[in-house]
Amino acid sequence: MLFIDKLTAEIEGKTILKDFSLNILPGEVHAVMGPNGAGKSTLAKVLAGHPSYTTSSGAIWFQGQNIVEMDPEERAKLGLFLSFQYPPEIPGVTNADFLYAAYAACKGPLKGPLSKEGFEPLLERTMQRMRVKPEFKMRNLNEGFSGGEKKKNELLQMALLEPKLTILDEIDSGLDIDAMKDVANGVKALLTEDRSVLIITHYQRLLTYLEPDYIHVMVDGCIVKTGTANLAQELEEQGYHVYS
Amino acid sequence: MTTDYKYGFTTEIETESIPKGLSEETVRLISERKEEPPFLLEFRLKAFEKWKSMTLPTWANLSFPPIDYQDICYYSAPKKKQQLSSLKDVDPELLKTFERLGIPVDEQKKLTNVAIDVVFDSVSLGTTFQKELEKAGVVLCSMGEAVKRYPEMLEKYLGSVVPIGDNYYTALNSAVFSDGSFVYVPKGVRCPIELSTYFRINDRETGQFERTLIIAEEGSYVSYLEGCTAPAFDKNQLHAAVVELIALDFAEIKYSTVQNWYAGDPKTGKGGIYNFVTKRGRCQGFRSKICWTQVEAGAAITWKYPSCILQGDESTGEFYSVALTSGHMQADTGTKMIHLGKKTKSTIVSKGISADESHNSYRGLVKVALKAHAARSYTQCDSMLVGNSCSANTFPYIEVANPSAQVEHEASTSKMNEEMLFYLQSRGLSREDAINCVVSGFCKDVFQKLPLEFAAEAQKLLALKLENSVG
Repeated sequence: MLFIDKLTAEIEGKTILKDFSLNILPGEVHAVMGPNGAGKSTLAKVLAGHPSYTTSSGAIWFQGQNIVEMDPEERAKLGLFLSFQYPPEIPGVTNADFLYAAYAACKGPLKGPLSKEGFEPLLERTMQRMRVKPEFKMRNLNEGFSGGEKKKNELLQMALLEPKLTILDEIDSGLDIDAMKDVANGVKALLTEDRSVLIITHYQRLLTYLEPDYIHVMVDGCIVKTGTANLAQELEEQGYHVYS
Repeated sequence: MTTDYKYGFTTEIETESIPKGLSEETVRLISERKEEPPFLLEFRLKAFEKWKSMTLPTWANLSFPPIDYQDICYYSAPKKKQQLSSLKDVDPELLKTFERLGIPVDEQKKLTNVAIDVVFDSVSLGTTFQKELEKAGVVLCSMGEAVKRYPEMLEKYLGSVVPIGDNYYTALNSAVFSDGSFVYVPKGVRCPIELSTYFRINDRETGQFERTLIIAEEGSYVSYLEGCTAPAFDKNQLHAAVVELIALDFAEIKYSTVQNWYAGDPKTGKGGIYNFVTKRGRCQGFRSKICWTQVEAGAAITWKYPSCILQGDESTGEFYSVALTSGHMQADTGTKMIHLGKKTKSTIVSKGISADESHNSYRGLVKVALKAHAARSYTQCDSMLVGNSCSANTFPYIEVANPSAQVEHEASTSKMNEEMLFYLQSRGLSREDAINCVVSGFCKDVFQKLPLEFAAEAQKLLALKLENSVG
């Protein structure tokens, strides 16, 4: 599914990822944890193809292709989805229009062209399934959304686009416990045997709901330890300082 | 877009010109060449006298080198343009732009003066439209023709909304105006076609000193669109047009502009068009309405304030504007809403987008006169910055003399940033579509007011202009 091979990435001359390697198989759920500044969000952005970062060496193999040089939209079309930590607000663009454009771009090549009218029932169904308020459709993309609503909207996109690999960048940040449970259940409902998830988080709490197969500790641009669920518990008790 | 406009400028246009320079003699010569009646010569001479006594306005947030008015040729009758035999002879860059704007091939040919094949017979189509207009009693002709056919109308209305001495450029225009359009919609007539549709298929020379006059009689309606999304070149750097609209009782005029003049070299700003325009409409009648919609995306300098004088009781004035500046462009644009009648209403929606090294200013006046009871005005003024080297300014002026007025003003500034585009791209949208999405969302309230066929084009035009500015 995803194989990151000794990836080095930098921004404005500063190296953030250093010989970073990670292998995720279909159906696996991985979590990357680590202190502030370890490069966790950079990892998410680099995987999705953020133009501000340059990769000086290494490769990102996804779906059998090295995507290192690909534009973000090409990666999305291959089935890579990044749930943003802070989804930006786009005034004047309705959520419905945006979702249609995204669906047409990502799924169109596979499923054939779908008219806006044809998309409507699919959107309705998905919104019901994800328990998203009907008003989401006509509101402007993330504009004036609360933190929880923004995250819910990210999940709605994930549900529609059915990505092969989902990266959840701090999806728990800024959410209260109930909202976090909601979001975790939403993600869980979308898991299938051939879809993989990479969770990026500070806190162990989300992981008690999502039960990852592997947990990686990331410090200073690379993974320093890999373990299973109980590693998260350990980290919660000891903190990250033992690794730095 | 292209930096070197060799194709745009070397197309030889043969003209029959008079010597450069401006004097009373020039003004008389123009009037004589155009075989004008005495009242019009008087009009021109009065304007020239006025102009001599005036000085250039300096209050706008613009800077440009002084213009030598004696170095301009004030009259040239265009002869037939040299015709190209196929689109292959046209600047490929220009064609690429056309393509991306989605301009149909036949129209591309019109714009570049390529001979048109029989399939698209624009002449007969134009004639069909002209017949339809005639049947409805709508007059649409050049100003030159109107001088000959409707002199009494011109004598009555020309300069009645924009007085010759209104400002430096109106005085100049009034003295030397070349040609322009005249529209007359009789009582109770709803103009059967959007006049934009008409111009889409008819070549229309844009003069350096254009003059437009639109009169909508009682209960009539007309929608007029000038300009085109296609990049426009002109050998004259200075353009000073005057547009006057008059709406009588229950009449409605919708005037839309898409302006994409050559903006000069994007790096130095050299060579771009200076666009000093005075546009004003008078809502003279009860419940009359005038709506200005503009998409200003070109010209090195834009100085333009389409305004409404809300004289009739319960009349309505609207102004919807998108002004985009990139490269070294400078725009100082906005509107004036002068509330004179009771229960008059105005709406102003201005969207400014500035990129690169450009300067973009909104300047608007809402004035409520003493007798304008229960007037209402709403202004929304949003700026979007692209990059870190541009600037956006808002200069709202509000003068209220009647305490019953309700005047609202909202303003916002935002930034089109890489995060927005990255977000959209990470959902599968191409970079171009992502820019398009952000821009069209920002400008939505204005694009909705444009004639349908132009809305999509205008949207693409803005995205195209910004493509190299983001990131």
